[in-house]
Amino acid sequence: MVLADSQTADPQTTEIRARPALEILSGAQITCRSLDAEGVTTVFGYPGGAVIPLYDAIPDAAFDHVLVRFEQWAALAAVGYARATGEVGVCIATSGPGATNLVTALADAHLDSVPIVAITGQVNQMLIGRDGFQEVDITGITLPVTKHNYLVRRAEDIAPTIKEAFYLAKSGRPGPVLIDIPKDVFLAKTRFEYPNKTGRKSYQPNLTPNLRQVRLAADAIDNAKKPLIMAGHGIVLSKAEEHFKRFAERSGIPVIYTLLGLGAMDEHHALSLGMMGMHGHRHVNRALEECDLLVNIGARFDDRATGKVAGFATNAKIVHVDIDPAEIGKNIGADVPVVGDAGEALKLLIHEIEPGDHTGWMAWIQSERNVALERALDDVPETPEPYAIIKAISEITEREAIVTTDVGQHQMWSAQYLGIKYGTRWITSGGLGTMGFGLPSAIGAKMGRPDLEVWAVIGDGGFQMSSCELATAVQENLDINIAIINNGFLGMVRQWQDLFQNRNYSEVAISAPDFVKLAEAYGATGIRVTKSDEIVPAIQRARSIKGPVLIDFVIDAEANVYPIVPPGASNSEMMHHPQWVPAEEDL
Amino acid sequence: MRQTHTLVVLVEDQPGVLNRVVSLMRRRHFNIDSITVGHSEQPGLSRMTIIVTGEDAEVEQAGKQLYKLLEVVKVTDVPAADAITRELVIVKVAAKGPSRAEVIQIAEIFSARVLDATPTTLMIQATGSEDHIDSFLTMMRVFGIREMARSGKIAMSRGAAQSKQGRIDRIGDGSYAVAD
Repeated sequence: MVLADSQTADPQTTEIRARPALEILSGAQITCRSLDAEGVTTVFGYPGGAVIPLYDAIPDAAFDHVLVRFEQWAALAAVGYARATGEVGVCIATSGPGATNLVTALADAHLDSVPIVAITGQVNQMLIGRDGFQEVDITGITLPVTKHNYLVRRAEDIAPTIKEAFYLAKSGRPGPVLIDIPKDVFLAKTRFEYPNKTGRKSYQPNLTPNLRQVRLAADAIDNAKKPLIMAGHGIVLSKAEEHFKRFAERSGIPVIYTLLGLGAMDEHHALSLGMMGMHGHRHVNRALEECDLLVNIGARFDDRATGKVAGFATNAKIVHVDIDPAEIGKNIGADVPVVGDAGEALKLLIHEIEPGDHTGWMAWIQSERNVALERALDDVPETPEPYAIIKAISEITEREAIVTTDVGQHQMWSAQYLGIKYGTRWITSGGLGTMGFGLPSAIGAKMGRPDLEVWAVIGDGGFQMSSCELATAVQENLDINIAIINNGFLGMVRQWQDLFQNRNYSEVAISAPDFVKLAEAYGATGIRVTKSDEIVPAIQRARSIKGPVLIDFVIDAEANVYPIVPPGASNSEMMHHPQWVPAEEDL
Repeated sequence: MRQTHTLVVLVEDQPGVLNRVVSLMRRRHFNIDSITVGHSEQPGLSRMTIIVTGEDAEVEQAGKQLYKLLEVVKVTDVPAADAITRELVIVKVAAKGPSRAEVIQIAEIFSARVLDATPTTLMIQATGSEDHIDSFLTMMRVFGIREMARSGKIAMSRGAAQSKQGRIDRIGDGSYAVAD
């Protein structure tokens, strides 16, 4: 269904497509032609009354349409698509409940700076403000969770609005943009010409950093004894991984990662130390306590990364590179702010810094690893160990697969032990922590990157939020492998109740259908794993089967994620596995 | 330092822009003391004057968040020393018999104007700084204020310079600076 030339956003293609364009088209046709002109290959949506005219035009569009089972998952599929491809993801919903169902996903994209464009139908303009059937003020509702939104009032405004929306979504600090189009605007006819220019005087993203600030940052880097680089999502969003690696290698500075920064550089790189924060590795959080310089590139100092602000990197001077000036000083003060695109800043920094060597400091950090825990991970108890499942997926796929996750314990185990190689192949809900994220984002990722193997690691709770999307995966015959880490609990909440609420397990025991039978009922393949020695064969089998495959990994019901920083505490107060505490002399 | 700041915000004159500005301030927990909106000297641009009380760093954060709104063209935090602020108030005051002349006399002291008169009331307009208006109202209350409408402040900084439009970011010294 996808035309070859629609897969690229080649401006010449756009030109050719736009030229026969002084045709008279309906607003609905214009919407489709505009999305084609933007090079969109797939949109995710769900029809309804207000978008019937739009769906009338969709069969003639060049892009594929994936029919989801719930609008929220359409928008999260668009998020998965955007994060896997680095392009703008698109979703469509009808007015009223269709539109409100998008809200959670828009908030997710907003907090994680993911470029998506959501198109919602709206009631006829003559009904707006009169509480018409399926009317909601979606532009009002989504104001705080979108980068920008529009209510389009004339068919001739559709093309320029879509052009601007795509530009806004992907430029500067990316984010979600919503376009609300009333039914009568879809039906109205006008001349179509796709604009080749867009932009506004009032919107000028800060791309190129101030050289003076870059030099101050370089000075700080050259003079630091115990520096750390904190890699954030901004590096991946800026597609600056190559520059980042060169910067890290030239400076010789060890690299730690935020949850969404994982993959900014290969985690197996000699300078990579792994994730920081609430479930960060011991040596990473220890390094944060000790460092004298923290170079944050493209992260926003989220509280899950910093822990208690007063106890965060107390000995360190802070260099903060961010494209969004509002992030500078918002949570953690910056000694050297550098406002600009991560890639642009890194290009300049590489030239300004001296080659550095921090082997001694690196050796100290490595000596702070929790060796006891790491050794314990090689033990193979009979019940599948969550770490073992994650490590097996990582090894068998040679870390080349896209992995999406849901939210909770399995997400943290994945972040700790996948050993992520590429930022665009690690798709997880960071800022919002949206349960149900795993499966729809995997569908979106697979549509965007059909050439890559896709795994969704999901808890038994989160899976039940969006399991309806199995039907979508089957209908599209997508090769997606789903690993359910099944402990019969809402595991992360149970863990908090275990550790911080005197084991008062309140509403965390959750039943589930037989996931294997459920998969089969949907027309997918189901596999159950209850023993450690079945892990590897099950993963291998899943990879060899066409279409969606679900593996139900039944794990120890009360396995916890360690280390964990108690809520409100400093990263230095992390708790360790009671059996595998770090050696006495390390504490 | 916690103090009152006067933010002058130039915005594109688009539907819903006031809502965007106010919702942003609410969502980020910035308390607005007063807000006024009207045309600016440039066609297509409206000028908002937002009075907020808060820590300097909080207000700086508010300014930076405002910049993220697409319609916001420029935010200036006018320093108190440089700011000329004005308010307008219209009051309907009881003014019957002998007090009538007295009301008019006091109005003159405050350079206020009588806009309308009935046998029992006077409608008076006063403009000036917040203090000036407050004093005027204190005097009018003696006679009995029947109705009052107060505009909220508008502000402009002293001197010949008109603040330039341009890209703003934050540099090392913690202040806003025009980058280009």
